Amino acid sequence: MRPILMKGHERPLTFLKYNRDGDLLFSCAKDHTPTVWFADNGERLGTYRGHNGAVWCCDVSSKFCAGCLRDSMMLITGSADQSAKLWNVQTGAQLFTFNFDSPARAVDFAVGDKLAVITTDPFMGLPSAIHVKHIARDPSEQTGESVLTIKGPQGRINRAVWGPLNKTIISAGEDAVVRIWDSETGKLLKESDKETGHKKTITSLTKSADSSHFLTGSLDKSAKLWDIRSLTLIKTYVTERPVNAVAMSPLLDHVVLGGGQDASAVTTTDHRAGKFEAKFFDKVLQEEIGGVKGHFGPINAWHSIQMVKGFDKLVGPYIMDISFSSGGEDGYVRLHHFDPDYFHIKI
Amino acid sequence: MAEAASMEEIRATASRLGIDLSEVDLDTIRLPPGEDLGIKSDDEDLNEDDPLEFDGGFGNIIVVDNLPVVPKEKFEKLEGVIRKIYSQIGVIKEDGLWMPIDPSSHKTLGYCFIEYNTPQEAELAREKTHNYKLDRFHIFAVNMFDDIEKFLKVPDEWAPPETKPYTPGENLQKWLTDEKARDQFVIRSGSDTEVLWNDARHLKPEPVYKRSFWTESFVQWSPLGTYLATVHRQGAAVWGGATTFNRLMRYAHPQVKLIDFSPGENFLVTYSSHEPSNPRDTHRVVLNIFDVRTGKVMRDFKGSADEFAVGGTGGVTGVSWPVFRWGGGKDDKYFARIGKNVISVYETETFTLIDKKSIKVENVMDFSWSPTDPILALFVPELGGGNQPARVSLIQIPSKEELRQKNLFSVSDCKMYWQSNGDYLAVKVDRYTKTKKSTYTGFELFRIKERDIPIEVLELENKNDKIIAFAWEPKGHRFAVIHGDSPRPDISFYSMRSTSNTGRVSKLTTLKGKQANALYWSPAGRFIILAGLKGFNGQLEFFNVDELETMATAEHFMATDIEWDPTGRYVATSVTSVHEMENGFNIWSFHGKLLYRILKDHFFQFLWRPRPPPFLSPEKEEEIAKNLKKYSKKYEAEDQDVSLLLSEQDREKRKMLKEEWERWINEWKRLHEEEDLERQKLRDGEASDEEEEYEAKEVEVEELLDVSEEVLSFDFGQE
Repeated sequence: MRPILMKGHERPLTFLKYNRDGDLLFSCAKDHTPTVWFADNGERLGTYRGHNGAVWCCDVSSKFCAGCLRDSMMLITGSADQSAKLWNVQTGAQLFTFNFDSPARAVDFAVGDKLAVITTDPFMGLPSAIHVKHIARDPSEQTGESVLTIKGPQGRINRAVWGPLNKTIISAGEDAVVRIWDSETGKLLKESDKETGHKKTITSLTKSADSSHFLTGSLDKSAKLWDIRSLTLIKTYVTERPVNAVAMSPLLDHVVLGGGQDASAVTTTDHRAGKFEAKFFDKVLQEEIGGVKGHFGPINAWHSIQMVKGFDKLVGPYIMDISFSSGGEDGYVRLHHFDPDYFHIKI
Repeated sequence: MAEAASMEEIRATASRLGIDLSEVDLDTIRLPPGEDLGIKSDDEDLNEDDPLEFDGGFGNIIVVDNLPVVPKEKFEKLEGVIRKIYSQIGVIKEDGLWMPIDPSSHKTLGYCFIEYNTPQEAELAREKTHNYKLDRFHIFAVNMFDDIEKFLKVPDEWAPPETKPYTPGENLQKWLTDEKARDQFVIRSGSDTEVLWNDARHLKPEPVYKRSFWTESFVQWSPLGTYLATVHRQGAAVWGGATTFNRLMRYAHPQVKLIDFSPGENFLVTYSSHEPSNPRDTHRVVLNIFDVRTGKVMRDFKGSADEFAVGGTGGVTGVSWPVFRWGGGKDDKYFARIGKNVISVYETETFTLIDKKSIKVENVMDFSWSPTDPILALFVPELGGGNQPARVSLIQIPSKEELRQKNLFSVSDCKMYWQSNGDYLAVKVDRYTKTKKSTYTGFELFRIKERDIPIEVLELENKNDKIIAFAWEPKGHRFAVIHGDSPRPDISFYSMRSTSNTGRVSKLTTLKGKQANALYWSPAGRFIILAGLKGFNGQLEFFNVDELETMATAEHFMATDIEWDPTGRYVATSVTSVHEMENGFNIWSFHGKLLYRILKDHFFQFLWRPRPPPFLSPEKEEEIAKNLKKYSKKYEAEDQDVSLLLSEQDREKRKMLKEEWERWINEWKRLHEEEDLERQKLRDGEASDEEEEYEAKEVEVEELLDVSEEVLSFDFGQE
């Protein structure tokens, strides 16, 4: 099916996120305004104005906390302007700003939305850090104090997410090591093995729907599937391009890897050499099953991929959506809906 | 060696001596030279790395003998003369000229030492000034300092060399006896060089031998596949053996850059070029010709790069490679090189020029050997502004007799293509149009094996078409030409025979608008790959020339190289490290089915191991081809067994993976359920997050769109 082209950003895309229901799509880009779209038709719903730097990551609270927040969801964004902000999804109002001394990178709400993890980059001699913040029920009571700050790993932390029952935090980044931390004490619990683990910067990390396992993508041209509790390496998906973004299908045993060579090298080669397609792999057999071409023009490098099982009150659970940005300098988001055939792939 | 003190001991000692360790800057401590206090330095092994580097540290010193013996008063004058002579050749080091004086007579001893900056300069000085006549009585005798020692060791009496006991060598052609008749290939990626079997049946390569840092620049098979040559700083080496790869011979040639085997792999030509440290000096090149088996230098050539830069195309900076082109087929009888207005043909019995002189050809531009016979084809361009026509001539060696000559007019360039059996020679001639503003191309086709060597002229239907590629069918009578404009050129096939007349060229077909810029014939003929490399991103078309039909089209994205295996059964396409991405190779069957694909980062080289020509006579080969069914039965059965086994294994593997996955899933499900309550608590008692909460309901919605009332009147009156 023809992808929907969503033109709303002026700079490269950095992150995409669906809300739980799969009806809204949040996009972050290097321009300063995160944007929310209708996932169904790609119509722009609104923007969140207030950041003064590239926005690297966002997360949206689950609907079940909605009651406490006057029936609306909360969005958290991490930005290079050295802050993370809380927003009212519905109104676009800024609820709170967490200020840091270095650019904020990854953000993630815990189950229950009472805690959030925010990572900050190494900057002006400061090491990278993982901050845990308490999220107040009432935004007016929100404070900027950290419940916990973890320092230690070298290099940028590209992603940090909560483990099961909010007991652990999983982080991954430039040093190619996946780490599991105790979210209470900040103690390092586990580290991925250097031998079997990634060899280069881990660019993305995504959890399964039930938070039982997670997938990491790395510039070493592979993606790896790990058990979230024991950090056991379960699968490795090998591809021929650096992996920038990964996603897992919640319905089928498929994983999607997006990537491509670095934006700075793109213009030196043929447009197809960059490898900007999203590649589908069988999650179990680790075999490539297909690809989606998405680029136009030679200047796109970054993919963000999300998959979600959608729900519609009238038709019940509907098929999932995949969308991935193919926006280099043009900043387009491409929204792909699957053809029915996709759900009957036999291999 | 004393044991290194532990940190504890150091602290204890420090506190005893009243030293605050934190104030000691370790970097400022200097050990006495040569003393390591029993601590082995980390970089010690660096020094052991390459002892050969230090061999002959006096390589840049020469000894000049037969100088005049002069008294003290004339010492400075003599020194001035010597300095003048030798500083022309290279840079003499400061204090690099030393002329010893006899302490008793206060006269010089008649010799001196000169130290240059580089061994190359010293070598050059030795060459240039040996036998230099200073005056009638003083003829210089110049030697390398390193050689003096060698000369001293020469015993005064000759002793017969020891006869070494005979040790049977390995069967260097064992790989040909592979039961499955597989072919080998070598690949180089990263620092590893690997030799592998192409196990097409199992759809994967099977390792034979692997070695890291096997070569310092590239590897090369000898033309018959017996040896694998590696190139190092100190020289080249060849490897081979029955089951593994052992070093068979080394060929010392410092800084060797290029190597080339003779077609019968009896000789190896090595080449090095030495950039002068002083730009005014000549750029020197050294060529050695070794006997492959004994490792003996048969002949060496030294000279300036300009001498070797004439003629031919391609090659490396300064020279056209190969400098020496081998002629006369697999016997390695002759080799030749082109010089200014000459072609020098050497024969390998004595390694001297045939008849002691080169063939003089005014302004010769290019030459090539017939691949099978000792026949030279050479091209001389137009002279005197067109007064003297350009010509292509065929010359028989060793008689140097001209077999055939063809004069050509208004020629801009010529290229010669020999058919692999030496039956035909195609000369591509670019001619100027009348206005001299553009060129068009035609072919002169020589039938070498026929009486009087008839020549036929072939012109393309559209004379203005550019020729992009030309290739003869190996061992065959057909050739293919890519012509036309670059985006979608046409490809034509011609045969040297036509149906009615065996002596006429006929066109077989023209394929219009193909995305191709290179032609790769199967070594067995009949099949050809029309490839679109570079700008066409690796488009491949597998074409059957017998049936004139396309068997398959495929793509190996970004492919840079294509090579048929020596039997013509498989094709390898590879993406080498000129591209950053996609490095690796694909193996295809001859009809264009992708068999397997291997990705390797930093992929440099893929080379099939060549095979020597078969011993079967052409008649016998034909007979086998005729009765192929009889022979193939056995192999087909084997193929089937293997493919059954493969699919069985594949199923097993998949089943195992699925089962393993199931186990994980179940484990996760269990844990997920266990934690369900806790999760609810985290969510303040909100029901679960799961989608299972939703129920799929079918809802029928009826919508009333419009209601309108209308009174219908019935007329009963008509009845």
